[in-house]
Amino acid sequence: MNRTDLIVVGAGPAGMSAAIEAAKRGAHVTVLDENSRPGGQLFKQIHKFFGSKEHHAKVRGFVIGEELMEEAARLGVDVRLDSTVIGLYQDKEVVVREGEEVSHHKADAIVIATGAAENMVTFEGWTLPGVIGAGAAQTMMNLHGVRPGERVLMLGTGNVGLVVSYQLKQAGCDVVALVDAAPRVGGYGVHAAKVARTGVPFYLSHTIKRAEGTDHVTGVTIAQVDSHFQFVPGTEKHFDVDTICVAVGLSPMSQLFKMDGCKVVDDRKKGGQVPVVDDRGETSIPGIFAAGDVSGIEEASSAMIEGRIAGLAAAEYLGFIDKDEMDKAVAANDAALDGLRQGMFAPKNRGELVTTTEEGIPVSQSLLEHGYVADDEIARFPGVTGRVGIHPVMECTQNIPCNPCQDACLKHCIKVGDHITQLPAVEPNSTCIGCGMCVASCPGQAIFLVDEKDEEGFADVTLPYEFLPVPAKGDRGVALGRDGSPVCEAEVVSVRQTRAFDHTTLLTMRVPADMAMRARFFRAGSANAATNETSATAATAAAE
Amino acid sequence: MKEICDRTLDLGPFEPKPGDDQIVCRCEEVTQGEIRRAVHDGLFTIAEIRRYLRCGMGLCQGQTCARLVKGIVARELGVSPDELEPASSRAPMRPIEMSVFAKEAERDER
Repeated sequence: MNRTDLIVVGAGPAGMSAAIEAAKRGAHVTVLDENSRPGGQLFKQIHKFFGSKEHHAKVRGFVIGEELMEEAARLGVDVRLDSTVIGLYQDKEVVVREGEEVSHHKADAIVIATGAAENMVTFEGWTLPGVIGAGAAQTMMNLHGVRPGERVLMLGTGNVGLVVSYQLKQAGCDVVALVDAAPRVGGYGVHAAKVARTGVPFYLSHTIKRAEGTDHVTGVTIAQVDSHFQFVPGTEKHFDVDTICVAVGLSPMSQLFKMDGCKVVDDRKKGGQVPVVDDRGETSIPGIFAAGDVSGIEEASSAMIEGRIAGLAAAEYLGFIDKDEMDKAVAANDAALDGLRQGMFAPKNRGELVTTTEEGIPVSQSLLEHGYVADDEIARFPGVTGRVGIHPVMECTQNIPCNPCQDACLKHCIKVGDHITQLPAVEPNSTCIGCGMCVASCPGQAIFLVDEKDEEGFADVTLPYEFLPVPAKGDRGVALGRDGSPVCEAEVVSVRQTRAFDHTTLLTMRVPADMAMRARFFRAGSANAATNETSATAATAAAE
Repeated sequence: MKEICDRTLDLGPFEPKPGDDQIVCRCEEVTQGEIRRAVHDGLFTIAEIRRYLRCGMGLCQGQTCARLVKGIVARELGVSPDELEPASSRAPMRPIEMSVFAKEAERDER
């Protein structure tokens, strides 16, 4: 029997954060994870995270993972990989498969942070090779450097479906369509917009009718569904694909709680069966805590804070800190968590239709139905102004808890305000110097620099570009609109890459003056040329 | 929670539906039709269905199909999936060879 103060099950963002907080207070902590690599899903996340500075905003997920692992190592946390918890018994006995043996561990407190598993849907042919979970696609691309397929259809427009679609494009796959049975895009509008502007069509109120092929996927047929999710006859659309990615939500992997006798409950807003916990993450069994997706599906940022809270509560339970110290430390985390749980996508708003922003501006219907803000809708948002000279255009149109743009601008051109979910606005009387820090800092890739040179008849549009190969100055190509369709010819006039941009290339293209507020993406070659961009970030991440 | 164990519940005759031949539990190759028929045969809980058909009892232990099976059973019974008691959870939580399961690590490492 191995004895320790605290056992954490799961080395993902929540588990590692819990381990770190408890170890900081002097507890001996063992983290068990069934995978060969730590970090849970973090090392698959090559995109920049949302949030504020305190939530690691604009830091890429895998970098956050590295930071957590380093901190845990410094604190002497024992992270045991390839260690599968196969049972949790009375009096906090944990049975673990390690290699070809079964060993027993016992702790005085336990944090369970086992995360979630991907949901599946069935349709004709869903068992064919080539139908994979979006998480699996992400693992293949971002951990193993393997492209899941050449032509992919994505089912699901939640953040996972949107982010993975973008990453598939970065990996050089052709994403033929984003499909969702729901009538509206489920994830952040900015994630949808950055996929839509590369030319991926969105099919809302559609779902898969069948996957075609005999021994692997060779095609897929989708069809429209009515408000009762029944297929509408005659609306079938066929795509030649070799891969179908499914991103239809996650379910908490909460079996350990149930096995141990903790009270569990089915909660649809939390994604399925979750343990009943108090505000410190403590379950109905004293000394057993839950943190992260296993206690309700959310983002990695909130998982890390929940982990910290559970770690602090465990340290208090174990007697390493007193209640006052815990309360004080937890209060700061509570505030941070509260900040993340604001806005249109807050857990309390799940399933609700939000039609106006906090500022009272009507939400873009085109964004919800097609994945991009329509040209005639964009001007009503406070980040979009038609100033003379170079200025930022922030196409951030939904209230999400995120504000790195405000800190990024040293000239104070951008204001989000004290309320982190407010839409960024351009400060009147401020002077943009075109440094591009805001463009690179926006995790939603929603900021552009626009420099309208009316006298000369053209405009320079600077956009964030995270594909390979990076176009060179002087390259000619096509400017794409928000909807991904070609709007005009464009020439690359500047390509900027600096350390401060963290692998986001700033591409400036010259377009006719009247296209300044329409051209939002650059595609090399002629209007009909196929795209062959690959991910700058993935390549760099792999090289590091 | 509704009394879904009410064995007098009249579900009407079993009627084939499109998709009945679709596999739901891949590990044990159980189809939608088999699950629906089992409900009509009087198996009203997930635990019963699992024992009767073995769906969710294979390699992945229901990681993929548990939610789908629950949805099918609930629909057949005319209740919400939340109202169905989920399957029980017991060790081993992950598939494990008997030779490993029986091999206790002999010495404590610390």
